Amino acid sequence: MAGSITTNNLSATFGEVRAIEGISIEIIANKVTALIGPSGCGKSTFLRCLNRMHELVPGAGTTGEVIWDGRNIYAPDVDATDVRRGIGMVFQKPNPFPLMSIADNVSAGLRLAGSKRNKSAMEEAVERSLRLAALWDEVKNKLHKPGGSLSGGQQQRLCIARALAVEPDVILMDEPCSALDPASTQKIEDTMDKLKDNYTIVIVTHNMQQAGRVSDFTGFLLTQESGEPGRLIEYGPTSKIFTMPDHKETENYITGRFG
Amino acid sequence: MNNGFNRRRRNAISGLAYLLCVLATIIALIPLMLILFYVISQGAPALNLDFLTQLPKPVGETGGGMGNAIVGSLMLIGIAAVVGLPLGVLAGTYLAEFRSPRLSWTVRLLADILSGVPSIIIGVFVYTLLVLTMKHFSALAGGVALAILMLPTVARTTEEMLRMVPDTLREASLALGIPRWRTIVSIIIKTAGGGIITGIMLALARIAGETAPLLFTALSSRTWPTGLDKPVASLPVQIYTYAISPYEDWHQQAWAGSLVLVIMVLLLSVGSKLYFGRKMRSVR
Ligand SMILES: Nc1ncnc2c1ncn2[C@@H]1O[C@H](COP(=O)(O)OP(=O)(O)O)[C@@H](O)[C@H]1O
Ligand SMILES: [Mg+2]
Repeated sequence: MAGSITTNNLSATFGEVRAIEGISIEIIANKVTALIGPSGCGKSTFLRCLNRMHELVPGAGTTGEVIWDGRNIYAPDVDATDVRRGIGMVFQKPNPFPLMSIADNVSAGLRLAGSKRNKSAMEEAVERSLRLAALWDEVKNKLHKPGGSLSGGQQQRLCIARALAVEPDVILMDEPCSALDPASTQKIEDTMDKLKDNYTIVIVTHNMQQAGRVSDFTGFLLTQESGEPGRLIEYGPTSKIFTMPDHKETENYITGRFG
Repeated sequence: MNNGFNRRRRNAISGLAYLLCVLATIIALIPLMLILFYVISQGAPALNLDFLTQLPKPVGETGGGMGNAIVGSLMLIGIAAVVGLPLGVLAGTYLAEFRSPRLSWTVRLLADILSGVPSIIIGVFVYTLLVLTMKHFSALAGGVALAILMLPTVARTTEEMLRMVPDTLREASLALGIPRWRTIVSIIIKTAGGGIITGIMLALARIAGETAPLLFTALSSRTWPTGLDKPVASLPVQIYTYAISPYEDWHQQAWAGSLVLVIMVLLLSVGSKLYFGRKMRSVR
């Protein structure tokens, strides 16, 4: 299935620093998978390996496989830009393009990644993406205003709409609500719920309640000793991870004993 | 009581420091004010339509103007822009976006050295490179000399402006599957555009008044510009020639030429400030 991602023994480094090691996981299509774990355990690094963003850091390296759409995205003949079009990303801090209007922000991927479309198709894509991101009603009368003029929560939904516009199969979200107030967080969680039908979502979150609310599957990452790389301790249906995890560390983390 | 004394003492010291700052600023501004005042008072009387549109008259005849030098200066700046801007912007982009440590370090060092090379040496260099090989002085040689002069400024400003664009925007763009070159051209350079244009205008203002490199390259001319491969008049060289001449009305014209040059430079630098200010407001 196009939306599933399987990693085999995935490890990532920053120069000499081993950030994650030996992670094998099968992310199920059209489900929400949450990644939890204490700060610095490699959640962001792992996520960025899934769409080849990790390699943008100078000196960064990966080993192992990431199988998506039937092939290893790290195979030599695979183009990173194709991977990133199919596996979109939403960042921790909203990062709309400051000089572009709201509409241009949403259509940026379509306009700049090669696929030329006519004006009306572009407008349709903008409206469809903004509706999906539950932002349409708030911005439909000011599409030409700069993206930076929106509130933080709206900017984050604009970034979600921007990622959706290029029609990816998978959306990676790295703590998308950590900079937002509860009301905006709620809106984004609602959006994720809606998106689930057509997209695979992987979300990194620090917030246990959020992981419990939005995800179908949960993976717990942990650095067992300082200086060691982060590893996947446990992975399974969220209901199981949250009620009867197999590992003591998982239980401790979820019940808030550390992290 | 002791505290009160200390506070008064502190206030006195900070008041004094403030006064010194104001004084230093005024002293620094005095030369600028004097120059402007002097150039305007001496140049304005000789400035008229004829001066802006007419060719110079032979010695002994009154009237005439520096029309050819004004056009020539614009032509030289134009050549410098066409040659220097693409190179400078590309070099700056390379420095900022393709961070290969060793080569970037070398290029940056070379740019810094180049910006410290006296402009007359650049004139001599272009003289050897273009004038001797083409066998005559030319507008092209003058423009190239000015282009070399502005190259380091344009490259370093471009680099600095591109570096000010946060990495989060690069990542946002790349994560959409937008190719690297497209990200640089359509997102990064566009975002930094206001700053780059400001830098370019300041660099143009800076070369507009250069005299030394033109003496060996564009030389001068008493006719309208006739082609890229011919010598051409320019305001700075014309001012220089007239100012050291023994004729009173040429001195007058040199002042008027200076005023025109100062106005051109002010328009460029003030224009760039206004432009940058507007651009920055729209980013926020
Ligand atoms: N750019 C970087 N350079 C070097 N080390 C890094 C860099 N980014 C992250 N790391 C290291 O990699 C490890 C994992 O970091 P990260 O993936 O950001 O963790 P998390 O998202 O779970 O908080 C940490 O030990 C961190 O110090
Ligand atoms: Mg993180």
